Amino acid sequence: MLGLVLLAFWALAVVVSGTKIFPSPMDVVRGLLELARRKLLWAYMGDSLFRVACGYLAAVAIGIPVGLAMGWWSSLARAANPVIQMLRPISPLAWMPLAVIWFGVSNLAPIFLIFLASVFPIIVATMNGVRNVPPMYVQAGRNFGLSTRALITRVLFPAILPRILVGLRIAFGVAWLVLVAAEMIAVDSGLGYLIIDARNAGKRYDLVVGGMLLIGLLGLILDTLIRRAETLRAVRWAFHE
Amino acid sequence: MKVHFDSIGMRFGGVRVLDDINLSVNAGEFVCILGPSGCGKSTLLNIVGGFVTPTEGRVTIDGEPVTGPDPRRIFVFQERGVFPWLTVEENIGFGLFRQKDDEKRARIARYVQLVGLQGFERSYPRELSGGMKQRLEVARALAVDPDVLYLDEPFGALDSITRLQMRRELLRIWQAERKTILFVTHDIEESVQLADRVVVLSARPGRVRRVVDVNLAHPRDLSDPRYIALRDEIFGEIGLAHQI
Ligand SMILES: Nc1ncnc2c1ncn2[C@@H]1O[C@H](COP(=O)(O)OP(=O)(O)O)[C@@H](O)[C@H]1O
Ligand SMILES: [Mg+2]
Repeated sequence: MLGLVLLAFWALAVVVSGTKIFPSPMDVVRGLLELARRKLLWAYMGDSLFRVACGYLAAVAIGIPVGLAMGWWSSLARAANPVIQMLRPISPLAWMPLAVIWFGVSNLAPIFLIFLASVFPIIVATMNGVRNVPPMYVQAGRNFGLSTRALITRVLFPAILPRILVGLRIAFGVAWLVLVAAEMIAVDSGLGYLIIDARNAGKRYDLVVGGMLLIGLLGLILDTLIRRAETLRAVRWAFHE
Repeated sequence: MKVHFDSIGMRFGGVRVLDDINLSVNAGEFVCILGPSGCGKSTLLNIVGGFVTPTEGRVTIDGEPVTGPDPRRIFVFQERGVFPWLTVEENIGFGLFRQKDDEKRARIARYVQLVGLQGFERSYPRELSGGMKQRLEVARALAVDPDVLYLDEPFGALDSITRLQMRRELLRIWQAERKTILFVTHDIEESVQLADRVVVLSARPGRVRRVVDVNLAHPRDLSDPRYIALRDEIFGEIGLAHQI
């Protein structure tokens, strides 16, 4: 509803101001249709999604075990925490020059940046999850004779899953933010590239705005999917409906 | 003799919490360990449970020294010990991973019945009242058929009416299942209502001040002069403890 109001306001503002540079909603739609005709629309979205998927999944695969280990062995956390806390406030974008040196002009550079952006929130959420597991759950698990492995899979993991999920959602938000900036360097496809290329090569502001809208829309859809996970049986107990 | 405490002493850093605890508990006996807050009751129960190693002495059960937790002896916490991510029946079946499926199902059904949770098999703990959660935890413990139950102020978080009902339930279950029970409480009335014997601990460092035999048949009449006399005797004992 508010969206419709904003859309109307946008269309009206373009007409009233008589701007030649800023595109109207129809311009944007036409621009995107043209992109679709040139078979670039789906390719760009696919490339962006692929990069986020790679970087993000690598962060999940590494962040959860590291967070588990750091939560479980406090000595490890004491050793690693200062490093993590120091690296964490560095914007992933600051790594760009290094990423280009290491990975050159390839998919790996943005994937690496997305990985960096999302791995820390996942580690921290998992670690805090483990530390906040009520000791009596672990004690009860041991009392019933669970092996260490069973203790991790049947008690520890289900107990922290809701917190991990929250961490995953935060991490995804950061990953998506970084994607666009990451694609402005090192690659020649994707939604971030679309924006920078449309501006540089002929001031196609209809495509700039179209790219922005696509990024917002895709981000919203993916975030909604992750939120849907909060209603899964395994974690529903921790989220009040 | 089932459980034997042999000169148990415990200190945390420089603080002595338990001092020379000697006690024998018979098979099938219901023993309450009573003492003021902070006197080391939970520490003592954690030592018999195998979760904490005492700095002095040792505990033996059936003649074997306790070296760690054991599924033959289950610890029951306050209601927060049930797993919130499992349903009632999954909680009860938690410790039954060595049993065959039909055996597991039969036991779950039996203990759902015993603690009166029929109709709530698929419910999650957050949908249950405090008293139901506590019964669930007792059922989860009983399902693995332990010889001994350790209960650490299990009804402490419940309202006083539910607490009375839970005591009656626990006695009924104890009489049906004939487990040895070590029950920690700071509630004098509770100890005299439940126990065969009440072990009165002093303030920290906890020492055994007195062991009181409660030779009253169940169900106990709370206006019976003998009940009142025993209760007041322990009140006197604890009153002294507070003057130290
Ligand atoms: N792990 C521990 N480290 C240090 N002090 C502890 C520890 N556990 C218990 N204590 C101390 O031991 C004393 C007895 O505690 P506890 O056994 O919980 O008493 P109770 O259950 O009788 O209230 C308390 O003073 C408590 O602070
Ligand atoms: Mg206690």
